[in-house]
Amino acid sequence: MPLTPISYPTLGSVGKTGSWRTFRPVIDYSKCTKCTLCWVYCPDAAITRREDDFPEIDYDYCKGCGICANECPVKAITMQREEE
Amino acid sequence: MKIIVTIKEFPKEEYLLKGHATCAGCGPSIALRLLFKALGNKVILVVPACCTTVIQGPYPYTSFAVPLQNMLFEATGATCSGIVAALKVRGLEDITVVGWAGDGGTVDIGIQALSGAAERETNFIYVCYDNEAYGNTGLQRSGATPYGAWTTTTPTGKKERKKNMPLIMAAHKIPYVATACPSYPVDFVNKLRKAKEIRGTKYIHVLAPCPTGWRYDTSKTVEIGRLAVQTGMWALYEIEYGKFRLNPPSDRLIDKSKRKPVKEYLAMQERFRHLTDADIEKIQRWVDEDWEYYQKLASNECV
Amino acid sequence: MAQIIIDTANHIAGYAAKAARVKVVAAYPITPQTTIVEKIAEFVESGEMDAEYIRVESEHSAMAACIGAAAAGVRTFTATSAHGLALMHEALHWASGARLPIVMAVVNRAMGAPWSIWPDLSDSLSQRDTGWIQFYCADNQEVFDTIIQAYRLCEDERVFLPAMVCLEGFILSHTYMPVKIHDQEEIDAFLPPYKSGWILDVNNPFSHANLVSPEWYMEFRYMIQEAMENAKRLMPEIDKEYGRRFGFQYGGLIDKYRCEDADLIICTMGTMGCEAKVAVDNLRREGLKVGAARIRVYRPFPVEEVRKLALNARIIATIDRHTSFGMEGFLASEIKASLYHMEDRPLLAGLGGRDVTFKTIEEIAKKSLKWMKMGRVEKETVWVDLRE
Repeated sequence: MPLTPISYPTLGSVGKTGSWRTFRPVIDYSKCTKCTLCWVYCPDAAITRREDDFPEIDYDYCKGCGICANECPVKAITMQREEE
Repeated sequence: MKIIVTIKEFPKEEYLLKGHATCAGCGPSIALRLLFKALGNKVILVVPACCTTVIQGPYPYTSFAVPLQNMLFEATGATCSGIVAALKVRGLEDITVVGWAGDGGTVDIGIQALSGAAERETNFIYVCYDNEAYGNTGLQRSGATPYGAWTTTTPTGKKERKKNMPLIMAAHKIPYVATACPSYPVDFVNKLRKAKEIRGTKYIHVLAPCPTGWRYDTSKTVEIGRLAVQTGMWALYEIEYGKFRLNPPSDRLIDKSKRKPVKEYLAMQERFRHLTDADIEKIQRWVDEDWEYYQKLASNECV
Repeated sequence: MAQIIIDTANHIAGYAAKAARVKVVAAYPITPQTTIVEKIAEFVESGEMDAEYIRVESEHSAMAACIGAAAAGVRTFTATSAHGLALMHEALHWASGARLPIVMAVVNRAMGAPWSIWPDLSDSLSQRDTGWIQFYCADNQEVFDTIIQAYRLCEDERVFLPAMVCLEGFILSHTYMPVKIHDQEEIDAFLPPYKSGWILDVNNPFSHANLVSPEWYMEFRYMIQEAMENAKRLMPEIDKEYGRRFGFQYGGLIDKYRCEDADLIICTMGTMGCEAKVAVDNLRREGLKVGAARIRVYRPFPVEEVRKLALNARIIATIDRHTSFGMEGFLASEIKASLYHMEDRPLLAGLGGRDVTFKTIEEIAKKSLKWMKMGRVEKETVWVDLRE
């Protein structure tokens, strides 16, 4: 143990927050214009911006807030209910 | 310093790691990601008791990939003064010290230490992320809670107006004061980058919508931030070396006809559900008065 | 070059901070500490002291700034009194929990309400639970030497705790005495460059002091207790080494005077210890076997040393310049607690007084000896010199 609480950078410091979701965002890549707004606005950095600028959602950590779907200018992202 | 024009210029590195403890749709965490997009990781963060304290997650883990000093609630400004002094002694002045505090820790309990640090011209950036309540402890009212808002300690709506912290900081005659909103990411990032280049105390007040406290659907955080600016409830401006300047799109909103009615903003949030028409009129009037004042400031008729 | 100067304990504390090569000072003025911060300001502005001086806007901010600076890797110093110390109370807890080796001079002063600027040890003693090492000084030389020793102790990797060096307001703070300021090179040899157990570093990022669950919290607190135990062991060694190098030492944890064959030992803290020595000499001339023990290090409390003292004495009189309302004098309680598990315990009387001179101490001593002969203590606590 360190002599005083020192915590190191950890992916998933409170676990796989994807388990919090009730709805999951699904990207229709045929509509996506690679504007990257969803990447910027995701509070959880769960959307990565690929080399080709297409977004990729990390479902392990996506909390399903829906901001990406709400902000997508071409409505390429829809929120779909998680299966039980 | 190059001005960033599009979000595509933002660096890809993340220093707020995914899997952190915020509520879904958290406005402050968008602001945090933008902080790192602007400043990178050569920073030392001082974080008082606030939502960000718990965003980190519990020992021995943290979601932050930068040195972060958790600290007493009221002490952000003073702690930053201490760290800045130590870095100066050690010849490490290229590290940016950032005080990152909630509205409670800034306008209420933290105001003394912040005011002291500003008066001492401590060379650091202080960012107040404002979710308009004491979020961490369960959404009690703070001095930054707006008139009429429900909080757990103002269940019938706050009877007093929001404290105008940016103007209080401007009165300290620090070289840079700015307001921001994560719904305007390029604006916020540029302001942080500009602040980094200025010597002295820099204060940025970023509105950070909170779905849990403001009672709206988590997907609306960015939309509500945008509406705050479009209705004029929140103005984007900078005061650089005493010169006031409204930033787009706020610069066009001096013309009242271009501002959306505040009702649109208030209607989206359940915390304003109980407002009467008279209340809404009052709020609209106050916003209009504020904008008359901004107009005067913008034309440098007064300070 | 060593030099002898005649100055007040407050100014001497400033000299000590300078000699200890403190790099950041953050302090707020309060009577009777003010001349410490004024002296340091003079040193810094003249360039004599190479340090950053943060003129904070409150004592709470003073300690917060010291915590920030210590966490960012430099030796820090501050000073305060009474209400200023009380105002930084939560920050004291934070500093010890953060295991930062901050040293602070506390110029003891009574607490209000009502206002009083005169000395009384309740300000620092009511912070005894905060995890800070506490020293109580009896003269200006000791103030200088203890500050230097404190940094050495606090920055030892087996300790890493903050320390307060206490000196009574006006009795020491504003009284001129000759003090030897030792040679700087020799001080540097005794006190190596700043070391702490952790540092905020962009090349090794971490969060310090985020939320700790009950699963771990107790262990972190235990480590503070361990550090205190280490400090107790190390302090006498450090004092001895200091004595060898500089010719001044203070008995480690307890400054004992003529205790070896004493029937009565008078226990005090701070400058009352000096008065007690005068009283002891006078009483000895009368043929009474009396000794004086000045508790120099109050935290960690020198339990084992106190028991050793008690082995031969038949009665211990503690003189407290402070009381814990609803209980009794702080020193009396702690001495009693130290003796609790001993088979053969001496009698104990806790007494407190206003300005306690050697005359008062002699009276206290004679009363104590009377009780010793009676085999029992007439009154456990006596408020000496209380107006009727």
